Amino acid sequence: MNARAARTLLGVLVLVLLIPPSSADAIPTAALVEAEAVDTPDDGGGSITVRWPGIPGAHVVRLSRREFGGRDSLIVVTESAAEEGEYQDNEVVDGVAYEYRLEALLRFPPGPGGAMEELTTGVVSLGPVSSSGQWFHTGRLNILIAVIVLTSLIMFYIERARRGASIFVRRIAGLEAVDEAVGRATEMGRQILFLPGTQDMDNVQTLAGLAILGRVGRLSAQYDARLEVPVSRSLVMVAARETVKEAYLSEGRPDGHREEMVYYLTDDQFGYAAALEGMMAREAPAAVFMLGCFYAESLLLAENGNAAGAIQIAGTAEASQLPFFVAACDYTLIGEELFVAGAYLSKEPRQLGSLKGQDMGKAIILLLLVVGIILQTSGVVDAASWFTVR
Amino acid sequence: MSGDAGVWIAAFLTLGIFSFLYRDNPVYKFCESIFVGVSAGYWFVSLFWQNIYPKLIVNLSGAARDLFSPPAVGQATTGGAVRDTLSQAMEGAAASGGMDGRWLYLGAGILGVMMLLRLVPKIGWISRWPLAFIVGSTAGLYFITYLQSNAISQIHNTLVPLVGPGRGTFLGLGLPFHIDWDALFIFVGTFCGLVYFFFSVEHKRVAGGVARVGILFIMVTLGASFGYTVMSRMSLLIGRMDFLFGSWLGLTQ
Repeated sequence: MNARAARTLLGVLVLVLLIPPSSADAIPTAALVEAEAVDTPDDGGGSITVRWPGIPGAHVVRLSRREFGGRDSLIVVTESAAEEGEYQDNEVVDGVAYEYRLEALLRFPPGPGGAMEELTTGVVSLGPVSSSGQWFHTGRLNILIAVIVLTSLIMFYIERARRGASIFVRRIAGLEAVDEAVGRATEMGRQILFLPGTQDMDNVQTLAGLAILGRVGRLSAQYDARLEVPVSRSLVMVAARETVKEAYLSEGRPDGHREEMVYYLTDDQFGYAAALEGMMAREAPAAVFMLGCFYAESLLLAENGNAAGAIQIAGTAEASQLPFFVAACDYTLIGEELFVAGAYLSKEPRQLGSLKGQDMGKAIILLLLVVGIILQTSGVVDAASWFTVR
Repeated sequence: MSGDAGVWIAAFLTLGIFSFLYRDNPVYKFCESIFVGVSAGYWFVSLFWQNIYPKLIVNLSGAARDLFSPPAVGQATTGGAVRDTLSQAMEGAAASGGMDGRWLYLGAGILGVMMLLRLVPKIGWISRWPLAFIVGSTAGLYFITYLQSNAISQIHNTLVPLVGPGRGTFLGLGLPFHIDWDALFIFVGTFCGLVYFFFSVEHKRVAGGVARVGILFIMVTLGASFGYTVMSRMSLLIGRMDFLFGSWLGLTQ
């Protein structure tokens, strides 16, 4: 018998063994010995898990808690059917020792007085036990391995690229068309509308959109085109203004830059869409870029841009909105194509190295898929379990 | 027909927005301006009461009050009525003798003030620091999230046995095993779709062929998604029609 079981056994207090003579049921309160209270594993703290076995003969289990050694009365934290179960008590403070009392109860229909009759058939005290946070979640070891492998690959290829190794990037039509769209707007003397999506700077799609804005800004500076960037988030406005300003400065055209090129409309999704619809109808932009995170406004914007006769380049990783862009835009960057735009357009070695590293990560995933499906099909190993994330 | 002035205003604005279906016009322009202006104001107030007040003002004022007049043992800390999970956990840490974590919000407040320094041209460059903090921390946080949801979980869900026990048939031929066509379809689609997203390989020959199958799968998926999403948009339209014909005109129940 291990120490915990011994401690638990010692803690068992069969306080009531008053079984009604009429009841023929055996009440094996000994089952309560198997109950345990432990610090919830793999969590950030503030939680204790109490587990109990099925208790034959009892109807209900009631769990109560108080600070260990304290004189406070017990607080009932839960009641449930007397089947095998567990309860996570998330109302505890880390480092404070608690004791739990688990009672097995019999309940009888209300008597003449109207109240439900209740009989405690067994009690066990559990504890002391305290909660604490864990630094490492053992159920996420696979994520750690994936992070190490992927970052190692990316760093390796970035280093290679910095040393001058040439990295091939296949042609992406939507990004090739950026120059064409800006050139067309310049020739027509009409506006370029750049929309970085409706989400904030904590969305990677917005970041990817701003990477392309840098390129569009540089081309606008070169061609002296009219660029407008209406945004729906204040932080995006700040970042976009920095991006456009940087683009104009890098092209030696600070005189062509105006802060008002980037301006805020509203945070509201459909308010933003309504304003842009009107703007597209009135200004008839020659080129519309919709690159970032879009939701239900995607078709409203794409359809209006199309009606205005603009060349449209869109890109998002929102799978539910991609069909609308594919249907109404000239070019669409699908999912990850949006994220590689920065590397593709800048040809900067570090970004290209990162791109190559990610491709190698995908190659490993392909290999794992093939090997995993063979193992899974043959039944030799449950390969899928390696990729279970708790 | 409704006698509520609010319903009449809402109906007018709804019709004003719908008038864009004909062409751009002054009524639409008027409704659009109201929509943009009111929503911008609404979001400003909403963000203040959902973020700045409960997270910054309540936490910092509560922490400052407890610093100068610590609560008695067992007494609740003075965090205020609106507290989030993090601040409650922090209060717990403070109650158990640790540092009062609510002071961490001071860092966020300082970052916010640094962002506002944009308004002072001479030191406007300081506003880049909080921006860099947001971009960097976001990239780090989402790296794990996306790796988990877009890679590890995808692999897990793809690894399903392609054949199972029991007899099956293929092209009229009897087989001693049963082919799971769904699993096979998912595996081929995932494999080929992933090959399409290889950027450092020219899509020619074998890679080109596989990528072509991949984009085919993607397009079929997008087509299905198109239909599904259009139906959900129809429900939005029905909602507005219901408002116009029911709540406003009283023609429907």
